Amino acid sequence: MKILIVEDEQDMLENIQESLEKEAYVVETASNYVQARDKIGVYSYDCILLDIGLPDGNGLDLLKETKKLGLRDSVIIVSAKDALDDKLQGLKLGADDYLPKPFHMAELNARIKAIVRRNQFEGKSDVEMGNLAVNPETRRVTIDTTEIDLNRKKFDVLLYLVSNKNRLVRKAALAEHVWGDRIDQADSFDFIYSQIKNLRKKLETNNADITIKSVYEMGYKLEVV
Amino acid sequence: MKLLNYTTTYFSILLLVLISIWAVLFYYAMFDEIYDSLDDGLENQKMLVMQYAANNPAVLDKPKFNESGYTIKKVPFSEINNFKDQYRDTLMYMQNEEEFEPVRLLESVFKQDDEYYKIKIVTSMVEEDDQLHNLLIYLIVLYVVLLLSILLLNNVFLRNVWKPFYRLMAQLKTFNIEKDGNIEFQPTNIEEFSLLNTQVEKLLEKSKQRYNDQKQFIENAAHELQTPLAITINRIELVLEENDLKEQQAAKLVSALENLERLTRLNKSLLLLSKIDNNQFTAQEPVSIPKLIQKCVADFTDIAAHKNMAINVSEHSHLVIDINMDLAIVLFTNLIKNAVSHGKPGTKVSIEIDKTSVTVQNISEAKTLDTERLFSRFYKKDASSSSTGLGLAISKAIAEKYGYRLHYFYERDIQHFKVTF
Repeated sequence: MKILIVEDEQDMLENIQESLEKEAYVVETASNYVQARDKIGVYSYDCILLDIGLPDGNGLDLLKETKKLGLRDSVIIVSAKDALDDKLQGLKLGADDYLPKPFHMAELNARIKAIVRRNQFEGKSDVEMGNLAVNPETRRVTIDTTEIDLNRKKFDVLLYLVSNKNRLVRKAALAEHVWGDRIDQADSFDFIYSQIKNLRKKLETNNADITIKSVYEMGYKLEVV
Repeated sequence: MKLLNYTTTYFSILLLVLISIWAVLFYYAMFDEIYDSLDDGLENQKMLVMQYAANNPAVLDKPKFNESGYTIKKVPFSEINNFKDQYRDTLMYMQNEEEFEPVRLLESVFKQDDEYYKIKIVTSMVEEDDQLHNLLIYLIVLYVVLLLSILLLNNVFLRNVWKPFYRLMAQLKTFNIEKDGNIEFQPTNIEEFSLLNTQVEKLLEKSKQRYNDQKQFIENAAHELQTPLAITINRIELVLEENDLKEQQAAKLVSALENLERLTRLNKSLLLLSKIDNNQFTAQEPVSIPKLIQKCVADFTDIAAHKNMAINVSEHSHLVIDINMDLAIVLFTNLIKNAVSHGKPGTKVSIEIDKTSVTVQNISEAKTLDTERLFSRFYKKDASSSSTGLGLAISKAIAEKYGYRLHYFYERDIQHFKVTF
């Protein structure tokens, strides 16, 4: 997996790079329009993270260029401007997703995985971890061969954790991903805890060899036992 | 009191004083003139009588006035020594009026054929009391007529003159800088009004400019904060992933992170508010309110269930309104979130959808809320709460943008938030 990060903020670039390298991706970076254009022209990437506001040009123009070149690279637009126009225009120009800053690293991970999965396997493949298999398209979850029944939200929680396997997923990130950023009340963490408890019980009773570990009481980590 | 009436009052008082003084002066001046002219007439008649007497000595003995209006009496020299002509007012019986009336009398002496004669000539004159009475009536009439003309002038003519002023005032009364209102300045020839127009126009332009700058500033500031916030949050997330952290260190980082996220929410809310204020949500579509509310409710059922609460939606109408979809979601989500998070565990949240309104009801520990400040920005009942204090303010801003009424009331121990379309 090869990913290009186009981002002019050096600190932001380093953060994303560090996080993505933990996923064992090959990460390349470009900090301006010209660099990015040169790299896109020469190499091919599985996914491009594209910041719209570049010092020497608009990221949307780069997007147009990749489409003009007929490249099949997936593109996720990353923007500090949470503007609807940018989002609509970006998606219209063929971007696969739009992620407004600030975002959680776990969210970025989940988005990249979802897109790459969609583009590479056309959604047909299961995501596997231990004896657990999750199909994002059909929303089917199996442990060994037993199909387990999860409601919509619990499925989303599980898929998010699987997308971020062996990584720290904070309660805030999880809540935001599954229930939207509407739930930002203090009592929501308590609520997440009870959701996770239910999910754990399901995994346990079905003899899954993965476990949801609590980390510092602020997040979770999905690990193979 | 209107300026017009104010000046009229002063003017009428001033007029009363002036007219009174004028009346006294006029009265004396008029009588002076009348006496002068009567006395001249008497003098003239005296000379005529003297000429006549010179030819007709018979008239020299005429003790009664009768029809001719004079008397002549022979007097010894001793009586006329040092005698000067005397004009005086006296009374005389008038046949026509059948009473004594004032007359002007000239008493004089003359010499004819070495004899001395005293002559008295009278002429009828104005009755002073009648004259005073007449003068008073005429003055009152003059005063009333003057006042009426001033009032007429004020109400017809001056009102017209003041029209640009009142029009400007009417417009200023309804002017709302938040709604980017405009004022039409009427051209006027009156220097004061034209000065007022230019100054008000300048002031408004400046205020609008400031207001827009400020709106833009908030939006720009919120934008600029996003990237540093993102960097910091992500940095701390990466540090937390390093496994060699002590529990205490992690706790401190998590606390920092939570506050940064609070800041992020605040920032996003501010950005949303300024975008609403800046009219950046222009797209509009017919939105089915029952469908939209069901969708919003679905996001909260898990959290509500966790608090042992239920959310009931009563659909009395298939309400469809033209609104921006994103804003509609925010509007109702904030109200539902508010009801769920402040609702007492074990109670239920009811949402009533009627023909022209949506009411979100919940039961909470708190009794009636501060209606004055409930919808104001950054109002929080509990200062330590992690909420932004902007949720209801955002809902209010959205409602106002579309001319809906969002209001709160407390009835039968239930908190009501009602949007009327």
